[in-house]
Amino acid sequence: MNTLIFKTTTTYLLPLLLLFSVFILLRGHYLPGGGFIGGLIASIAFILHALAFGLNETKKLLRIHPGFLLPFGLLVAALAGISPLILEGNPFMTGVWFPEALPVVGNVGSALFFDIGVFLVVIGASLTIILTIYEGA
Amino acid sequence: MLLAVLSGVIVAASLLLLGKYLKGKLAVLLSLLPLSLFIFFFSKLSQVCCLGVATGENAIKVTYNWIPSLGVNLAFSLDGLSLLFALLITGIGTLVFLYTSNYLKGHAFLDKFYGYLSLFMAAMLGLVLSDNLITMFVFWELTSISSYFLIGFNNHEESSRKSALLALSVTGFGGLALLAAAIIMGSAAGTYTISEIIANPPQFETEGLYLGTIVLIFLAAFTKSAQFPFHFWLPGAMKAPTPVSTYLHSATMVKAGIYLLLRFTPALGDHVWWNYPLITIGAITMLYAAIQTLFHTDLKSILAYSTISALGVLTFLIGLGTTDALLAAGIFILVHALYKATLFLVTGIIDHETHSRDVTQLAGLRKVIPIVFVAGGLAAVSNAGIPPTFGFLGKDLIYEAILHQDVLTFILLFVSVATNALLMYAGFMVGIKPFLGTLPQKFEKVHMPSPLLWVPPLLLASLGIVFGLFPKLIQTGIAEAFTASVIAEPYAFKLKLWHGFNFVLLLSAITVGLGLALYFFFKPSHKIEQSVAKLENIAPKAWALNIGKAFSTFSAKITAIIQNEHLSYYVYSTVLFTTAIVGYKLITGTDFYIDFASLTELTIYEVATVLILIISIFYTIYTESRLRAIVAMGVVGFCLSLIFVYYSAPDLAMTQFSIDTLTVILFVLVLHKLPKYNKRSKPVVRFRDASLSAVFGLLITFVALEVLAEPTNKEISTFYADNAYILAKGKNVVNVILVDFRGIDTFMEIAVLAIAALGVFALLKLRIKKNEQVEV
Repeated sequence: MNTLIFKTTTTYLLPLLLLFSVFILLRGHYLPGGGFIGGLIASIAFILHALAFGLNETKKLLRIHPGFLLPFGLLVAALAGISPLILEGNPFMTGVWFPEALPVVGNVGSALFFDIGVFLVVIGASLTIILTIYEGA
Repeated sequence: MLLAVLSGVIVAASLLLLGKYLKGKLAVLLSLLPLSLFIFFFSKLSQVCCLGVATGENAIKVTYNWIPSLGVNLAFSLDGLSLLFALLITGIGTLVFLYTSNYLKGHAFLDKFYGYLSLFMAAMLGLVLSDNLITMFVFWELTSISSYFLIGFNNHEESSRKSALLALSVTGFGGLALLAAAIIMGSAAGTYTISEIIANPPQFETEGLYLGTIVLIFLAAFTKSAQFPFHFWLPGAMKAPTPVSTYLHSATMVKAGIYLLLRFTPALGDHVWWNYPLITIGAITMLYAAIQTLFHTDLKSILAYSTISALGVLTFLIGLGTTDALLAAGIFILVHALYKATLFLVTGIIDHETHSRDVTQLAGLRKVIPIVFVAGGLAAVSNAGIPPTFGFLGKDLIYEAILHQDVLTFILLFVSVATNALLMYAGFMVGIKPFLGTLPQKFEKVHMPSPLLWVPPLLLASLGIVFGLFPKLIQTGIAEAFTASVIAEPYAFKLKLWHGFNFVLLLSAITVGLGLALYFFFKPSHKIEQSVAKLENIAPKAWALNIGKAFSTFSAKITAIIQNEHLSYYVYSTVLFTTAIVGYKLITGTDFYIDFASLTELTIYEVATVLILIISIFYTIYTESRLRAIVAMGVVGFCLSLIFVYYSAPDLAMTQFSIDTLTVILFVLVLHKLPKYNKRSKPVVRFRDASLSAVFGLLITFVALEVLAEPTNKEISTFYADNAYILAKGKNVVNVILVDFRGIDTFMEIAVLAIAALGVFALLKLRIKKNEQVEV
């Protein structure tokens, strides 16, 4: 798939898709979307890049191995779950919310951070699986 | 108090990072942890023992919410019973921590060892302080797990690993029984808070339920506290380094079962089903294990069996259940911890200095390590129950407890005297015999160890004398608080060493006489040990190992049949099974009725999508090229997402769409690795698969139509829809369910996802590495 058209499109698609994935992640609480779908879209963006430019270029672009996102994402989700325990003395996984809605993003609460954790784990898992298979194949 | 429990966990975790700095001479500093905890609990002593007078409560209580909706809270309560254990755990813990810093000096994994030890201490403290059944269970399991790591600490030896696994299986099995008992008790009492259960004992609906509960509690206690026939894991656990044997397998962890029995005596005790089994099992264990001490020559094995025997004595006393017996149990816990820990530590020193634990070889060591002899001798004397030691007081109480009840008094006295005489023999074998006689030449170069090794046993042994001389210390210190927590009615007693010339004293004299006779006339030898070893084929241990073996053979066979590594077979059997079971229910359980009125009208684009779907399915099946098949599969997936869109499930559609894209990419990546597509399955097989698929498809269609016709319970979906915004401030119900209402599920799912990714990574990376090596 070493065509100029594909490469050029990918160059523009990668940032757009990543931006779109974050958009999908953020709007999940009100409209269709969320961490899971957002994560899948983000990993598709990187896989597109890997197909166009080769695995090594993508690795360079990622800087770190996507596998590192797994514990990190789990940690974010876990912290979001624990936060009510620490902040308000409420049970594990109770929602904690900022009193005021933020511009653009809307209401921010522990659920959003939990979703960000999901987002990171999904990117980490799908990229780890697919890039490893790509490398092995 | 939460901090007191968790500090061990925190230290254990921080050792991951700081371990390398604390491995050397600084290791001694870690003893500050148990020491400060000991001081903390010691300072509570005056508070706990006088609570009853001031408030009518007999415990200090602290509660932190954990899962309040399920009644699971981090509730801690410190009463006399807990305090006795907490002081033992932290006190002996301090000495063991100190001892270890020298015993394992320079060991490559000293930091790990301390990590496990701290984790164990935290778990054990949590166990005895928990005021909630479920948290108690969690800590109970944690002690088993940390004990597993400690027994298997020398993990390069196969026997260590096997012993560790055996101990974990036995105690883990008991842990499950405890969980079941906790749930039954909790639902019968309507609360999981232990102190409430004890205040208002659960009213069981049927006798059977009560019987079930206590059988489960017994299973838990007997496995943990090594009662016959579950005792066999404890001698194996002696593979652990000696500090571990001292700490876990004599002074604290094995007493967790005893703690459990004592804890629930007020709620469940005083019933023939409670008393007689405990008396029987306790008596069998104490005599059986005491006799076993005669047949061993390894110092630690002798101590292991004498520990089992002592645990039997405790079970037996709890079984008697009288106030005298419970007091005797409490005192004996302390007596035993003091002398047995000393003897273990002395054995450790002997092993460390002479590299031998063989009782037939060791002799004359008093000349080279005199102070250790003092410690060992004092402990042996206390163990024997010779006045004026604390052991004498303990044994007195046991005999009195037996005399002051009227069930089989004579037989029980006989068993008890025999056990005590044998225990005395065991104590002398370990604490005195190695030091007497002529010193063999090979041990002449043995020299005194560092004070870190000999101070702890000496301190414990002297406490055994001090408490014997001044029983008042124990009486007001802990014994009164202890009896207040296990005996419901007020109970006045007076601990004293000397009761005058009476029958109990005569019994003591007989015991000592018998013990001395055994010590002087019975010579342990390898020959006796080997002759008994033959009997091991019929011992409970062999049974357990055979059951374990049969279990793994059985699972291997079943696995070979079910998991035959053919994906197509897995899919086929799963679908076949589902079809059979759902089809059966559909035919017998429902009358077909299709509610045409509830179906929406077909639109032209729906028909078109379904047509494309069908065409691509057939194309996938009949095409000659893998690539085309994959692309066609992709089309199927996209058609499905379109259908989701039509039926207003945008979230599902988006996910399906992305997943399908990724799947197609994944297939394309591995495509050229796969063999050519020219080998097709036989017509018979194709026909079989096709018919199954068709039946399955039909079945699902009928189920879907049937579901539409049935009146459904929409309570749950209505709840989610109504409360998504009110409770969780979200308008997208699907997402709110994922991240809020059922967030724990999602958390587990992403954890599984992460594990799957790691699995793929590990499998393929290993293969890639191997290939690279071959190429080089």
